[in-house]
Amino acid sequence: MSAPGVAFALTGLALLLAPFMTLAANRIVAGEGVAPWAVAPMAAGLPGLLAIGVGLMLGLVRALPRLRLGGAVLGLAGAVWLLAAGGPSLLEGADQYARVSPGAGFWGLLAVFVLLMADALAQLNPGPAARAGLLGLGLGGLAILLGSGALADLSVAQEFAGRSDAFVAATLRHLALAFGSLATAALIGFPLGLLCHRRAGLRGAILPLLSFLQTVPSLAMFGIMIPLLSWLAATLPAARAIGIAGIGFAPAFIALVLYSLLPVVGNTVAGLASVPPPANEAARGMGMTPPQRLYRVELPLGLPILLTGLRIVLVQNIGLAVIAGLIGGGGYGSFVFQGLNQTATDLILLGALPTVLLAMVAAIVMDILVDLSRPKGRA
Amino acid sequence: MKAATLLRAGLVVLLLTLVLRPELATPLLAPLAPPDGPVIYERASLLSLSLSHLGLVALSSLAATAVAVTLAVLVTRPFGAAFRPLARTVTNLGQTFPPVAVLALAVPVMGFGAGPTLVALFLYGLLPIFENAMAGLTALPPATLDAARGMGFSRWRQLRRVEIPLALPVILAGVRLSVVIALGTATIGSTVAARTLGEVIIAGLLTSNTAYVVQGGLVVGLFAVLIHDALVQLERRLTRR
Repeated sequence: MSAPGVAFALTGLALLLAPFMTLAANRIVAGEGVAPWAVAPMAAGLPGLLAIGVGLMLGLVRALPRLRLGGAVLGLAGAVWLLAAGGPSLLEGADQYARVSPGAGFWGLLAVFVLLMADALAQLNPGPAARAGLLGLGLGGLAILLGSGALADLSVAQEFAGRSDAFVAATLRHLALAFGSLATAALIGFPLGLLCHRRAGLRGAILPLLSFLQTVPSLAMFGIMIPLLSWLAATLPAARAIGIAGIGFAPAFIALVLYSLLPVVGNTVAGLASVPPPANEAARGMGMTPPQRLYRVELPLGLPILLTGLRIVLVQNIGLAVIAGLIGGGGYGSFVFQGLNQTATDLILLGALPTVLLAMVAAIVMDILVDLSRPKGRA
Repeated sequence: MKAATLLRAGLVVLLLTLVLRPELATPLLAPLAPPDGPVIYERASLLSLSLSHLGLVALSSLAATAVAVTLAVLVTRPFGAAFRPLARTVTNLGQTFPPVAVLALAVPVMGFGAGPTLVALFLYGLLPIFENAMAGLTALPPATLDAARGMGFSRWRQLRRVEIPLALPVILAGVRLSVVIALGTATIGSTVAARTLGEVIIAGLLTSNTAYVVQGGLVVGLFAVLIHDALVQLERRLTRR
């Protein structure tokens, strides 16, 4: 028996008593909860309920992590099956403005099965290639599920259907903000980190300044960028010509770059400092020039720590880019804040769910890269 | 050291002025305000917004510290070992959740107001503290623990007198991280109708009044920087002891 498995099974069974879906008269009002066994006729819903139950039971067997992983997948499939069956059946005969959404029960079970999956995977401890494969399978499954239209009756999907163009634009903008600021921060941060590594005096001045920047709350940072940039645009016509303005993309982008500098510079310094002195001595003894030493010894050995810095930045920026929605910078944040203004829950979800998914995928991919960059033979 | 103390005192005076006597800043902020527009935020006093902002952060951080440290202690005991890999995964995955998303997702469940902000701050604050507490409690020198056991300390006494004090600096670093994040996230809490200093910034953004944005931004930024600094000093003092 697995102790976490028992906790998951008990929580999962308790969650089956919570409303699995909600039915609301329109997109604004709060919905009424529907229990899992009532969302669809018995014949349609039973396979889903059974899969959830069996999945929870399979999670109990401690000695067989593969079986637990299978249980998690089965349970997830069951919960989604029930959701897909519940959509059309709840909407049948309801008003045309009626909306169905996943309820607390669904979200709770989703969390339980994801945790069960994570626990089983931690037991299995798969290598980088296996993890990449699993991630690919998971994303592929998600794409097929969303593309198949099985969940098209859900309220979030209806919010999406009304703004698919805006959603694509927001996605591109969000990615441009997160990855663009990452690339810019890396271009500035690596050389700066290298300089800080070589000169202790510079390090003592730069690192505290960057950690000070990191402390400033994001909304304040985004806000203070606005007057600075509008002043810049007003005084320098060239700045205006390349699209720098007080609100919009530019202030959000610059704020993100500023937040990214500490992890990049700090980890570059730590990465270079982690190179064992004998390795450096040997390289010098072999007659390597300083640039050769940098590219052939210091960078490869410090790479895992450098990449960890980039992981922190990427995950952090994907989350922070949401705030850009408040200052007209676009991205998923525009849906989140529109949704908050209209008290339209599903519009909030349309912005928040892809952000969370993006951040998690970025974290998993970067972890795989960090593992791959480790020199062989060292843990 | 001297310069740092002077700088600190200067920032404290600046912050107090902005919070208690904002009208003194009028000449500085006036060029930023729209012509004939208001310069100083007057819909609520900055003092009451500051107190409510800091109150939310203090309440959620205290609760998060209590819960996270308790959980970390339980997981690092022999009977909680089965949960340890899971706890690691949860803290890893959980911290990829953007704080804003946690806040936005709390609204559908709890409605608008201080409630969802408090819950989001609490949930998000748990992770860094838990992670650090676990790191601190698992990295204790085995010789020290053996010595405590050899002296006949009971498990409880060993935890209270040896393990927690030794892990305290690391735990505090987690608390500091989570307080700084909470200060920032509470600012965004004003978009869900919690009374925080973010209100001033948002009002400025909505009415294109840069004076409000700078005023709110400065006050929040100064609070964050000074509180961060104070916690760093506290950690240093504890480590030195």
